[in-house]
Amino acid sequence: MTAPVRSALRRSTLTRHAACAALALAALYALTTAAAPYRDLQIAQAAYLTCAVAGLTVLTGLGGQISLGHGAFMAVGAYTAALVIGHWGWPLAAVLPAAAGATAAAGAVVGAVAARLHGPYLAGATLAFAVGLPGLANYEPLTGVLGGQNGLTIVPPVPPAALGEAFPLERWQAWICCLGAVVTLFLLANLTRGRFGRTLRASRDDEIAAALSGVRVARLRIAATVVSAACAGLAGGLLAVVATLAAPGAFPLTLSLQLIAAIVIGGLGSLPGAVWGALILVYVPTWAADLSSSSGLSHDIASNLPLAIYGLVLIVVTLAFPRGVQGGLRDLGGAVRRRARGRRDRAPGPRAPAPSDTSGPTTTHPGGADEATPDEAGARPDDRGDAGGRGERLRR
Amino acid sequence: MKRPRTRRALALTTAVTLAAAASGCGGDGGGGGSAAPGVTATTVTIGSHQPLTGPAAPGYSANSAASKAFFDYVNANGGVHGRKIVYRYVDDAYNPTQTVSVTQKLVLQDKVFAIFNGLGTPTHSKVVDYLNAQRVPDLFVASGCGCWDRPDEHPQTFGWQVDYIREGKILGDHVKKAYAGKKVAYFFQNDDFGQDGVKGLDKYIPKDQVVSRQSYQPGSTDIGAQAQAIAQSKADVVVMFSIPTYTALFRLASLKLNFQPTFVVSNVGSDPITLTGLLESFAKKGGSEVEGSPLIQGMVTDGYLAAPGDAANSWTALFKRIHGQYIPKLPFNGNIVYGMSVAYTFVQALQAAGKNPTRKGIVEALEKSRFTGPGVVPFAYGADSHAGYTGAVIGTIKGQNVVPQGQPLTTDDGDGPIQPYTAPQPQAPAGGVPAAG
Repeated sequence: MTAPVRSALRRSTLTRHAACAALALAALYALTTAAAPYRDLQIAQAAYLTCAVAGLTVLTGLGGQISLGHGAFMAVGAYTAALVIGHWGWPLAAVLPAAAGATAAAGAVVGAVAARLHGPYLAGATLAFAVGLPGLANYEPLTGVLGGQNGLTIVPPVPPAALGEAFPLERWQAWICCLGAVVTLFLLANLTRGRFGRTLRASRDDEIAAALSGVRVARLRIAATVVSAACAGLAGGLLAVVATLAAPGAFPLTLSLQLIAAIVIGGLGSLPGAVWGALILVYVPTWAADLSSSSGLSHDIASNLPLAIYGLVLIVVTLAFPRGVQGGLRDLGGAVRRRARGRRDRAPGPRAPAPSDTSGPTTTHPGGADEATPDEAGARPDDRGDAGGRGERLRR
Repeated sequence: MKRPRTRRALALTTAVTLAAAASGCGGDGGGGGSAAPGVTATTVTIGSHQPLTGPAAPGYSANSAASKAFFDYVNANGGVHGRKIVYRYVDDAYNPTQTVSVTQKLVLQDKVFAIFNGLGTPTHSKVVDYLNAQRVPDLFVASGCGCWDRPDEHPQTFGWQVDYIREGKILGDHVKKAYAGKKVAYFFQNDDFGQDGVKGLDKYIPKDQVVSRQSYQPGSTDIGAQAQAIAQSKADVVVMFSIPTYTALFRLASLKLNFQPTFVVSNVGSDPITLTGLLESFAKKGGSEVEGSPLIQGMVTDGYLAAPGDAANSWTALFKRIHGQYIPKLPFNGNIVYGMSVAYTFVQALQAAGKNPTRKGIVEALEKSRFTGPGVVPFAYGADSHAGYTGAVIGTIKGQNVVPQGQPLTTDDGDGPIQPYTAPQPQAPAGGVPAAG
């Protein structure tokens, strides 16, 4: 990268994020084109879950508001998409924003209620939402519209004719979802870098101090819920397009809990962590199911084993990386960097400049999307940094 | 504070790329260059979605194990045209959304030759379009929905068991004749399964005789309100189109309400051994001890296969032998007979598809077939019909068996008449493996 480009990237958050998004899209394009159809479907699943997890990351990781109701927000998005496609036959480019929009409206209602609640009260309120809402599909007067337990079937999206006759549907679905995920991450990254993210973190860390500094905490929290719900709604809409189905069985309470697990495992408050979380949600259960079906165990054990393995993996990841996968990678990156610098420092001649402009060998970033300053200080250890710690930094 | 931003941005990119890369690794199981997916020189791989966990698992989770045992038996006896049948069945928890994803996996990643006996109406109806679009033979859906019999729309899909409309007609005719003038209540699963059954019932049971119609949603186990409503209607006969879990729940609820009507239960929800086990385990969870078997005595139901308790029947003897050899730990009940019977029909179909089976070939062979097997009535298979068994025989639960009453009856899924079928049930082949043909 030439110096002017680099400095331009540094100067503008927007340009930098746009460049990242473009890079990600290019990488995903290459990947989805190379992958077999089933892999494409898994990529699509990981992509729509990324949307939901990233939205929840903003609400819970940055805003400190816990939501056990995000599965229900996804259901709102999925049903909106199914109804809009079924009744009006809109194109996808209109269906998905409609799903996000309708869910954002639902988020505004929930947010208005939740803004005055904290901790367990908030968890309880959103839990009720998650339990109750999918049940609406089975509510007698609505079964005609929502299709009851059977759900609503969606016509699969047809790949544009320009792509050729034999273009696989799965790749098209993966493209739609990946685009959704990249756009979501791009928008959220910009949002959280700006005033919104700053005030959100401030109100999370000390509500009273934030209020004294002029932050209108309740309004901010409603806004965070709306943003987060819109992401979940988009995820739900994408899920409906991939599964070609919106049914209550897709949105059990466990989905909401899994989304929470994903943000914790990925790395609380970091957007790249959301990607890790979504990947774990998609791949660990598949892997566990394959493992148990090839294990040759008795019928009853084999069919219940995947859940147990899944739980075990979650526990192990949480123990090994207390600050999530992203946190763990960041620590690892920091350690490698310090080691490299230590070696350079021992070499004769003047002290080498801080190597952070090379961004380190693993290119993980030192701070979560949430904390820049204290992390930066912590990430630049003293000369003998390799002895100075294993990346455990003080937070807040 | 510029640097962390750069790194963060790079990290985001890396994460996405790595994420993408992680999902990209792992090869796809290639078909090995043979004519049809899933067929090699030595194997034929087929797949299925089954409720191994979730609300429909009690009872039905034995079906696939029984089919597997029968295939193992056939494989041990030389397989079909020298090929062994590899049967992959995966759990969908009776949840339509999971059915979609596991079926996609079977078709796209495991590259199965056919989907065999995918279980459930609400579940399988979500993948039937997909399977037909992918031209995967969708054989012998484990559900009696009339919707599998649409050869124009779904040329790859075949039903197997008697469909719920036919079954509803036969049960409805029986109720009309045996309980003339009595008050009747319906308890049914509120999806295509129960609704089809009710459609058949309504063709025979007069409207003014039906005093209450209550439905349930699979997934919710609270059916107290429905039981209360039916008990209050003082019905003399309760006709149930329910899966075993809900038959048992309703029976316990009516016990609690001291409500003692005559129960008429559709075939899929009436296996005596499954019901006995469920009644006892549900009662135990509720903190009381009941003896399951007395609660189901005298229940009226219908059947189209060999009765598990009929030791004189050659099919029961054959299946019991295979059961003892391969899956002795599972109770020998109607689900085992079902799973082995449907596997028997599949082996017949695969034999009929010839030495080098193709997806197209097996579908055409089925349309031309005149299979006889463990059923008491004939199949309806033909170029213009993909429906399975065409009728059933009314029976009553006595002990742990369903004792047939009268002759098998056949009918269609429209307004056609119900007719007795007089040909005797064919004998099982001595070796247990259907003759090639």
